[in-house]
Amino acid sequence: MKRIMTSAMIGGLFAASLGFAAQAGETKDSLVINSEDGPIKIITHVKNPPAGSPLPELFSGWVFRSKETRALETDDFDNPGMIFVEQAWEAWNTPDGKAGKSCADCHGEPSSMKGLRAVLPRWDDKQAKLMTIEDYINWSRVEHMGAKPWKYGGGQLTSMVALISLQSRGMPVNVKTDGPAKKMWELGKKLYYTRVGQLDMSCSNCHEDNYGKYIRADHLSQGQINGFPAYRLKNAKLNSVHGRFKGCMKNIRAKPYKVGSDEFRALELYVASRGNGLSVEAPSVRN
Amino acid sequence: MAKIKPRVKVPKSVAAGEYFTVKTLINHKMESGQRKDKKTGKKIPRKIINYFEATFNGKPVFSVDIQPAVSSNPFFQFSMKIEEAGKLAFKWVDDDGSVYETAKSIKIG
Amino acid sequence: MNLSRRQALAFGGAVVTVSLIPIDFAKAASDATMADIKSFTGGASVAEGGIELTTPEIAENGNTVPISVSAPGAVSIMILADGNPNPGVATFHFSDMAEPSAATRIRLAGTQNVIAVAKMADGSFTQTSRSVKVTIGGCGG
Repeated sequence: MKRIMTSAMIGGLFAASLGFAAQAGETKDSLVINSEDGPIKIITHVKNPPAGSPLPELFSGWVFRSKETRALETDDFDNPGMIFVEQAWEAWNTPDGKAGKSCADCHGEPSSMKGLRAVLPRWDDKQAKLMTIEDYINWSRVEHMGAKPWKYGGGQLTSMVALISLQSRGMPVNVKTDGPAKKMWELGKKLYYTRVGQLDMSCSNCHEDNYGKYIRADHLSQGQINGFPAYRLKNAKLNSVHGRFKGCMKNIRAKPYKVGSDEFRALELYVASRGNGLSVEAPSVRN
Repeated sequence: MAKIKPRVKVPKSVAAGEYFTVKTLINHKMESGQRKDKKTGKKIPRKIINYFEATFNGKPVFSVDIQPAVSSNPFFQFSMKIEEAGKLAFKWVDDDGSVYETAKSIKIG
Repeated sequence: MNLSRRQALAFGGAVVTVSLIPIDFAKAASDATMADIKSFTGGASVAEGGIELTTPEIAENGNTVPISVSAPGAVSIMILADGNPNPGVATFHFSDMAEPSAATRIRLAGTQNVIAVAKMADGSFTQTSRSVKVTIGGCGG
């Protein structure tokens, strides 16, 4: 009985989309961002995903947004997420902690971080842990600066993640799923397909089975994270990957895992791998 | 709250008498006065940027009287022309009396 | 039957058609909006045309709705959101160095009419309006 009720409910959620999904479909526009260093071409559509992908084609969340929201991302000045990147740049150059050092003292310009965002999260043998950008920033703050770690998902850390991600903008996401990362990747995959919460839904119910359709008034994306941290019009700030996962779990009336938990790390690796081939797009603009 | 810092996009040099675009953005919550504190149930007092102005060599170009219905991190874009080189100055006025300022030099050429 | 009505409502084309129907200001605008317009015009009569207001037909989120306005010959343009708790949004003032056009991002409490009223250099007034449908209840992505 419970199963029947649930199926009917999910059917109801997506009913509005039946029959006209094609008309409402994704934009065919391509994304070129006007940056201070010139135009940057972003891969928002992968026609032939890597072997084993559960998706026939990959789409960045950008292609599902309205014309006006998409436009906000085409020029770095128009993108309000860049406000937070600038704040992080100041923090990058500002000494903190007992060692009296700044990020810049060891790393020089943020451009030294180029390429990192595209391959994270990754398994780190020294740490014996799956590491996200957040983890590396906080590890370095504690280890090298003698500073306190920033709150996972908080404004300071998420802004710094955006600054570091920006250095890899345009590069294709390419996270490793085999070797020592495999165990966490498999946990992430299991979480992705597990139905949870009062609505008894999994990530896949929306982002694999129904992307491109409307859930009430919202155009469902593939749930790709290549654009994170994302500036959301809803809360006018940068949102972390884990913050978004938490929001999704609340939406389906589930008790979310903790931001910065191993569950969300594993899910981040798995979801990132579903977007291997899309460009790093952070900081993106979403609704 | 993070430091309030204006951003402006102005061409370094322009042709005399031809319109060019100016974009401005400032990080500010624009607390509308309509929201309630979830814990106390009390209304959060209004705190917005209530005025913006751009002047060129001291003469008014463009200004805005701003209400709480302007979005967080207020963005304004306008178009202007000049006949001579000079300084384009920008000013934002906060409800608490703070004034945030920046300026850019523009050449003719 | 119910499903086809939903389809019609959700399908963008239907919304465009609705938004193109001219709005009768005397009937459509709230008392607060009319009062704001009156304080801007000093009670002078307001024409229509000669002013262009650009808004999304459907805003994905009411928190940040990009709009732009242009009225050749204007010295000031007032923007009002008829369905907000307070209709006032912003008033732009242009000197002869500025083109009488501007763009900003605004908050809309729900589906409603956005109104622009321009004051011309000769002291006359003109106005226009656009209906913006604000979607609610999604998850965002």
